[in-house]
Amino acid sequence: MVSFPDLEKLRSELLSRIEAARDLVALEQVRIAALGKKGSISEQMARLGTLPPEQRRELGQATNAVKAAVSDALEARKAALEAAALDERLATERADISLPVRLGPASEGRIHPVSQVFDEVIEIFADMGFSVAEGPDIETDDLNFTKLNIPEEHPARQEHDTFYLRDGGPGDGSNRPRMLLRTHTSPVQIRTMLTQPPPIRIIAPGRVYRCDSDQTHTPMFHQIEGLIIDESTHLGHLKWCLEEFCKAFFEVEEVKMRFRASHFPFTEPSMEVDIDAAAIGKPGQWLEILGSGMVHPNVIRNCGLDPEKYQGFAFGMGLDRITMLKYGIPDLRDMFAADLRWMKHYGFLAVDVPTLAGGLSS
Amino acid sequence: MKLTLSWLQDHLDTEASLEEIADRLSAIGLEVESIDDPAAKLAPFTVARVIEARPHPNADRLRVCVVEVAPGKPPVEVVCGAPNARTGMIGVFAPLGTHIPGTGITLDKRPVRGAVSNGMLVSERELELSEDHEGIIELDPAHGERIGARYIDVAGLSDPVVDVKLTPNRPDCTGVRGIARDLAAAGLGKLRPEPRLGTVEGAFACPVDIRLEFTPETADACPAFAGRLVKDVKNGPSPAWMQSRLKAAGLRPISALVDITNYVSLDRGRPLHVYDADKLKGAIRARLGRAGERFPALDGREYAVDETMCVIADDSGVLGLGGIIGGESTACTEATTSVFIESAYFDPLRTAATGRKAGVQTDARYRFERGVDPAFIVPGLDLATDLILKLAGGNPSKRRVAGAPPEHRATIAFDLRRIGRLTGLTVKEAESRKVLAALGFEVGGKGPDVKVTPPSWRPDIHGPADLVEEVVRIVGLDKVPSTPIPRVQGVTRSVLTEAQRRGRRARRVLAGRGLVEAMTWSFIPRPQSEQFGGGAEVLELANPISVEMSSMRPSLLPGLLSAVQRNRNRGFANVALFELGQAYRGDQPEDQIQIAAGVRAGAARLAGFGRHWDAPAEDAGVFDAKSDVFATLAALGFDPTRAQIAREAPSWYHPGRSGVLRLGPKTVLAHFGEIHPATLAALDVAAPAAAFEIFLDALPPEKRKSRARPAMVAPDLLPVRRDFAFVLDETVPAGDVVRAATGADKVLIADVTVFDVFAGKSLGPGRKSVAIEVTLQPRERTLTDPEIEAVSAKVIAEVKRITGGEVRG
Repeated sequence: MVSFPDLEKLRSELLSRIEAARDLVALEQVRIAALGKKGSISEQMARLGTLPPEQRRELGQATNAVKAAVSDALEARKAALEAAALDERLATERADISLPVRLGPASEGRIHPVSQVFDEVIEIFADMGFSVAEGPDIETDDLNFTKLNIPEEHPARQEHDTFYLRDGGPGDGSNRPRMLLRTHTSPVQIRTMLTQPPPIRIIAPGRVYRCDSDQTHTPMFHQIEGLIIDESTHLGHLKWCLEEFCKAFFEVEEVKMRFRASHFPFTEPSMEVDIDAAAIGKPGQWLEILGSGMVHPNVIRNCGLDPEKYQGFAFGMGLDRITMLKYGIPDLRDMFAADLRWMKHYGFLAVDVPTLAGGLSS
Repeated sequence: MKLTLSWLQDHLDTEASLEEIADRLSAIGLEVESIDDPAAKLAPFTVARVIEARPHPNADRLRVCVVEVAPGKPPVEVVCGAPNARTGMIGVFAPLGTHIPGTGITLDKRPVRGAVSNGMLVSERELELSEDHEGIIELDPAHGERIGARYIDVAGLSDPVVDVKLTPNRPDCTGVRGIARDLAAAGLGKLRPEPRLGTVEGAFACPVDIRLEFTPETADACPAFAGRLVKDVKNGPSPAWMQSRLKAAGLRPISALVDITNYVSLDRGRPLHVYDADKLKGAIRARLGRAGERFPALDGREYAVDETMCVIADDSGVLGLGGIIGGESTACTEATTSVFIESAYFDPLRTAATGRKAGVQTDARYRFERGVDPAFIVPGLDLATDLILKLAGGNPSKRRVAGAPPEHRATIAFDLRRIGRLTGLTVKEAESRKVLAALGFEVGGKGPDVKVTPPSWRPDIHGPADLVEEVVRIVGLDKVPSTPIPRVQGVTRSVLTEAQRRGRRARRVLAGRGLVEAMTWSFIPRPQSEQFGGGAEVLELANPISVEMSSMRPSLLPGLLSAVQRNRNRGFANVALFELGQAYRGDQPEDQIQIAAGVRAGAARLAGFGRHWDAPAEDAGVFDAKSDVFATLAALGFDPTRAQIAREAPSWYHPGRSGVLRLGPKTVLAHFGEIHPATLAALDVAAPAAAFEIFLDALPPEKRKSRARPAMVAPDLLPVRRDFAFVLDETVPAGDVVRAATGADKVLIADVTVFDVFAGKSLGPGRKSVAIEVTLQPRERTLTDPEIEAVSAKVIAEVKRITGGEVRG
């Protein structure tokens, strides 16, 4: 039979069973017992059909209300049990978060400080309109010396401590000039002037070689050459260019500089340039950083240009040296020793791309 | 070039301080390398008299000296062990507290064998004046007048020594007077007039004949030779003032006659030579050498001469190398009574070549190869004669001059406005003229276009640019106004070439993959060169600094592998290094190639190095190297799957675990693989290593025309994935399976990956299984099962056709 008291009893009985279900399996059994095909509520629903219409409507509404209450309770209990089950599972999933992790390859690799400074220097000079020229390490005597106004037997040649390559020997069969390792990046000036009409603005970074080795000299090192050739660039422009470079490179507001007259066969007038070591936080001493001057008329003429019409400046500086100065690297020889400890300490990350806007070294 | 302040003041009338002089010298191109002021360390030492030297009560070899250290002050007792310490001598005293430079000891009051010493009497070695430690310094008794005076003042040691680094263009500054002239021009005083000489021209003809024996073609070797004989000289030590100046300049005093030649050389940049005239046989001749001739030189060595060298000879043969070094046989000694003075001109180039060939550097060569003043041949001879007469006495002959000095001076047409054009510095016309005149230039003509004749002592001046330098260095480079260079473009443009951009990018890709960038030498040991495909004769250095650095590298790997082992020796087992740099296939510019190379030794893998709780520590292998190559190429805008992979890596790779990436039959883009165990052994590398070499120049140029990316194709339809496993012969490359599957349907198949490879007993000997996942991308509508089946059938058929592989059930 169906009666209101029975329905109320069924409801309270089912709700307490739902409440008592300890896990999802038990809950499912309650659901089947209540709402399954042969469940108690389903049976009640089936019996409704046998009642007179008046009674059927009233009891039908009441039965539906019980069904809804039970369904809601089932849902709520299910959610609660699921949450509890998840909590229980998660409680077992404990990682030892103190275990060390690897930072990945981008943190392991390093850019050599000289490469980094290469990029820094290019960034600065590109902004002043210089492009980057290159030349071979193995040069001819003509391009390394003669065209640069350093004739044979000139005392300046002896100061260069040149490495020569062996002759091909008698089997060589050719009359090729004896080759040498360039002693400076200046032959790139010549190569550029021989192949490119003015106006010219280039820098030329690269390896150079001198047969010399002690605490402050290595038989291989890096230089960067600068060259402007046009019809009006003068010594005042050179001074400005070097002053601007030093400020940008050392990333300071002001660099005190000293320009001293000097002599290089390929420039006239020539000057050597010192900076006040205050730029690297060590005030009180002058540091020689480069040699420079106005390109010698003979050099311009040797490249097929008219020195009455064209003029300009050139400079050459030690890339390793300015790297050491800027980043406080004590010994030149370490640059080429490939010591991991050194490279990790002084090297740069791949993401440390120098830009003028973002800062060269930050 | 070392000179003392007082020596400079002989030529320069100046009030300027030492510091001002040094700063100005550096500014005008005569760089001061160092200043040595002996006053700084020797100032406390004073002149003292030993009033009494009596025996030490407790030691036979010691004496107790009662020393007068200052007039009127009570004497002090000093214990002294010197054998020459005796009553009445004048010595040099150091009071307590003095730092003794030669021993590094600071004196304190300490009893010596029971007798208290209140100071010290010092030797020359204790003052670092010489190696003499035979006894304490013994001064001339006349200095007894100056008890208490500073020793440096009495001994003439208070003169600071300035070391100037000369540039090779300034032979005139190889003499003190030249430096004084530059300083005077720069406003630091007045150049004093030339000293007045006594009567040097004698009454009798020079008995030594001078002959220049050259052909017209070689006459420039020694175009002028002046000489004079001085007889009845008495050669002994030169006076103390000359000796101390020579010592300050770094020369050893020998005898008055020799010292005078050195002094004139330093004072005027005018080298001279003196011969003992009694040892000369017949005429003195300047000529070229002859094969087989040899002579013993003043430096104790014997030199062989040849037909390119200018020699000085007499009837007995070669006496010396002209302008470089004299001979032993005619050297002046204490016994010399008759001296022949040579003042000649030797050609700079020939002198340099001869000196280089003979391997001898001397002060004379240094000056002649830079070009001595041709107008100072006779004045130099007279100056030397005057000094000889004053210091060694004697009776001079008339001078004899053979030949005539070369005339270098050419008048230069100079537009004074060029100074401004070349330097941006405005110099008044009058000032330019004044500077040039002060330096000895003759300036003729009015207005800005002038005619300038350089002085005879400036062989470095050839044209207007040289004159601009003279004016601007003296007026002051600091006055040149900094002038901004005009910007070429408003906003900076990219300036790097494609190759430069690629190199830069490759470097950062590799560093981002955990490799550390090394820079290794361009030259390596020859056996390593040979092992890596190099060793050509033309790439060997003729003058390497060591056999370890003798051969231009054909590959970057030997340097990197050696670096790996050095790091292993320091305790780093797992090392990943790369280098981006040049290698050499020949000696021509196009033979220099740009390579990005890397080595992973030990467990140096992308995920991490060595052991870690999270992953096993496996040694890096061929696929780590291949991954580095592919990632780099992809980052450089080149799709590596476009290239062919071949098993033809060079001999330094493991033959079975290496490969070459080729584009077409000839272009090799990269090598990768494990290093051959024999190569590792030869380089003493004690760990397995994988390596790669990417030939950056071989990459095809980028074809991109526009910065805009192509339209993105992203179909809405879900891709379908199907797995296949094929059994095939184990020699068939998996890449062939991938290529065959990819080609089975070019429209639908979007991707093919290999997800499993294995070989096992179940497959039978020589067989392996390759499992692939094929991704089908529907384009317009969802694929039906029959369509998917049809594509699958095509994949199976194509793989079978190309590889012979059978699909596994």
